[in-house]
Amino acid sequence: MLARQRYLLDYTLAALLRRKGRHLSLLLVYGALVFALASVLLFGSALRREARALLQDAPELTVQRLVAGRHDPIPAAYLAEVRKIRGVAAAEPRLWGYYYDPASGANYTVLVPATDPPPAGSARVGRGVARSRGLAVGDVVAFRDARAEPLPLRVTHLLDPASELLTADLFLVAEGDFRRWLGVPEGLYTDLALRVRNGREVRTVADKVTRALPDTRPVLREEVARTYDAVFAWREGVGLLLLCAALFAFAIFAWDRASGLSAEERREIGVLKAVGWDTGDVLRMKLWEGAVVSLTAFLLGYVLAYAHVFWAGAPLLAPLLKGWATLYPEFRLVPHVEPAGVLALFALTVVPYTAVTLVPTWRAAVADPDAVMRGAQE
Amino acid sequence: MIRLEDVRKAFHQGSPNEVWAVRGVTLTIEPGSVTVFRGPSGSGKTSLVSLVGCLARPTSGRVRLGDRLVSALPEKFLAELRRRTFGFVFQQFHLVRGLSVLENVMLPAYPEAPPYAELRARAEGLLGRLGISDRAGARSEWLSGGEAQRAAIARALVNDPQVLIADEPTANLDTERSRDFLEIVAGLKAEGRTVILTSHDPLVCEAPLVDRVVPLRDGRVEGAA
Amino acid sequence: MLLHPPVLALLVVSSLVTAGLALGVPFALRVVRHWDLASGSERQVRLERGTSLVSAVLGLVLAAQALSLGLFVFAAESLSSQITGAMCATGTLNATPFGFPALGLKVALFFGAAVWLALDRLDRDGDDYPLVRGKYALLVGLAPLAAAEALLQFLHFAGLSPEVITSCCGSLFSVEGAGVAAEVAGLPPGPAMAAFYLSGALVLALAARTWWTAGRGGAVLGAGAALGAAAVTAFAAALAGVVSFLSVYVYESPHHHCPFCLLKGGYDYLGYPLYSALFAGTACALAAAVSGPFARVRSLALAAPRRAARCAGWASVLLGAFYLLSTWAVLRSHLGLFP
Repeated sequence: MLARQRYLLDYTLAALLRRKGRHLSLLLVYGALVFALASVLLFGSALRREARALLQDAPELTVQRLVAGRHDPIPAAYLAEVRKIRGVAAAEPRLWGYYYDPASGANYTVLVPATDPPPAGSARVGRGVARSRGLAVGDVVAFRDARAEPLPLRVTHLLDPASELLTADLFLVAEGDFRRWLGVPEGLYTDLALRVRNGREVRTVADKVTRALPDTRPVLREEVARTYDAVFAWREGVGLLLLCAALFAFAIFAWDRASGLSAEERREIGVLKAVGWDTGDVLRMKLWEGAVVSLTAFLLGYVLAYAHVFWAGAPLLAPLLKGWATLYPEFRLVPHVEPAGVLALFALTVVPYTAVTLVPTWRAAVADPDAVMRGAQE
Repeated sequence: MIRLEDVRKAFHQGSPNEVWAVRGVTLTIEPGSVTVFRGPSGSGKTSLVSLVGCLARPTSGRVRLGDRLVSALPEKFLAELRRRTFGFVFQQFHLVRGLSVLENVMLPAYPEAPPYAELRARAEGLLGRLGISDRAGARSEWLSGGEAQRAAIARALVNDPQVLIADEPTANLDTERSRDFLEIVAGLKAEGRTVILTSHDPLVCEAPLVDRVVPLRDGRVEGAA
Repeated sequence: MLLHPPVLALLVVSSLVTAGLALGVPFALRVVRHWDLASGSERQVRLERGTSLVSAVLGLVLAAQALSLGLFVFAAESLSSQITGAMCATGTLNATPFGFPALGLKVALFFGAAVWLALDRLDRDGDDYPLVRGKYALLVGLAPLAAAEALLQFLHFAGLSPEVITSCCGSLFSVEGAGVAAEVAGLPPGPAMAAFYLSGALVLALAARTWWTAGRGGAVLGAGAALGAAAVTAFAAALAGVVSFLSVYVYESPHHHCPFCLLKGGYDYLGYPLYSALFAGTACALAAAVSGPFARVRSLALAAPRRAARCAGWASVLLGAFYLLSTWAVLRSHLGLFP
């Protein structure tokens, strides 16, 4: 049984090599499709992982104050209220905001780090900002503060490139500089970050917060993560949906390829049947052919997509999936292959290909064994 | 022994261009004999050898091989029978282009999947016997007509069949090559194989080694009731 | 949540499977009505040739169903991060009333295709297609199963939304909960383990016996039904055992009963070899069970025992591997043998 399959595979490989040109174009189109689909899948899942990893360090619960349904600075007095709630392990006020820089036309995120803030008059800067403004360590950059007076800041550090997705547009400054720069008065904070003692009680704690402070809104880390996840998965899905059109076109191409056998191939199948091959043998031989083509295209497309996403930074896809910041982070995604992703890709390419080529293949395989004889006579 | 009983074969059955290629043939072919089906083109001789060689099933009637009724066998079993019992030499030889002569000879044995070394030795032995060992590695489309026929005969014999069927074997050969072919047939007959030929070449029909000539016309045996 | 990559892939696979089987139905009906092997008419030849296509389609359906089973659980797993209250595949499956039924139908279709293929291979061994009518009647039965599976799966994914608050494996497979899953999880580990190993021993013994006697050309009359019943029972007991005690040993946490978390990296991906062996082994046992009894048919007198023996042999090996692997997982656990 196995020996028979080996002979069939052997024959198939010889046949593939004999008709290189014909199969090369199929392989190219097939490989390109796998490449496109695999790029979207790998890039999407890597982004989601990245976002999830970033959120891991985020506080479990953030409390914002709402005024007229919009996010408003929160008074320091709320901090004491929150700390009284049972189950809250720690609560810290946070200061962060956005600054539009007319010189580079970009939005910066300005943040006061909770631990180890930079000394007044200095800043630690993300790589994206540094690139756009041509900054290096030791340079002094000046912005206008909230009263239109100049605020000089000396760059003391560039932030770690590994975290560039998060830190590209980041300015870390001292509290005094922050308040002056963005006009946040003393005694007000952007929001409060809470650590909860027991992970299962986050919802209960959030509930208590809204009861104690009715004008606030607690935001759960879990919810943020879910939103990110859904947004990325949705964008990935839209990308895939676009590619489904390509998939459809490919299916038609493959069908056409499989049904448009050359007279030469038809004759060859006729000869094989006449000399004693069964329909099943021819069908298996043809399925082997499909398997060889599929696996080659799959490997080729997948490896290329892997290189495209993880080594080259997915230049072809970034606009579709990333486009969320004005400063495009130039970062390397952490290489990661999910078995689910490989299976999904397999199901989206190899399964339709096999299904579409099956009927034409079978049609070729059931050729009359005596056609060769009759062909000679007619 | 091969026995046909009132065998008929139609093509395009049920459609306006229905043709009855064989219209009731009853015939017995003895083992070890050389039989020629003679007739003009369109006489049904090719269809008839297709039925004898299990390439097709009759529309009605029975075909027996020894004591086995083969006319009602499923295709899978017909293929197996064809592989083990019959060897075919087609009029155009029909070697597979792009493959070497040796590979062409081994093709019919693939579904049987014998050990590769054994199969290769068998194929090389046949090529040697037919005097074309030196062409074993050549691509089949580079062969001359006579060489191609020998390669086709080697392919037909690779599974050591009991019966060899050749369709118009001398149609594409000059007289000398046709004589060579008859010599090969004589050798096969001496080994006890049954040989069935279709031909209207007098050189073949009148050859002394032929045991029986069956004249065909319009799908019937001429002279039969 | 239809626009999720694994979900799209699943929908593509299930619609292809359904289309394949649906196209087979008219053909199957023609076979049941017009099959006449004695005739050499072109219609009969066409029918015979059609059977080779249907066999190939069913072979692909079986492969696609195995792929789809894996992908379905994967998709559930990866969607769980987007569904409130779901922490693993169980939560996602539980988020709509269609999740678990869809999974069940997938399993049923997998085994259905396996049994059909076993009959088909056997049928082709006989020179008179002895099983052809029954086989195609069975095919007509498989098609609605595939359609129902595709529909339930679609409803499940279409019904998933982040607002649905679902209960996760913690609550579904917990001893205190209600419903079948909870009852299974709440089975006392002792009897569950006894059922697991007793049914396992029975199916292994019957498979080995079939392999032994059929391999020597002996009749296996009656053994077919027994082996089939034992295989189904052992399969059910195996799943129940995984939920009720095996998972607990693997996770080393007395209240974690989820059968899907076994597929996670944190537990050495133990689920993959475990479930592969169980599913493939059960499929082989069922194939042996349906093949054996046909030794009574004249044209299958030789082929049926041979096929039964081969399938039974594989079933013994694969199921044996499943029980060995399970035992190993229990023994290496830091949890005491009877917690």
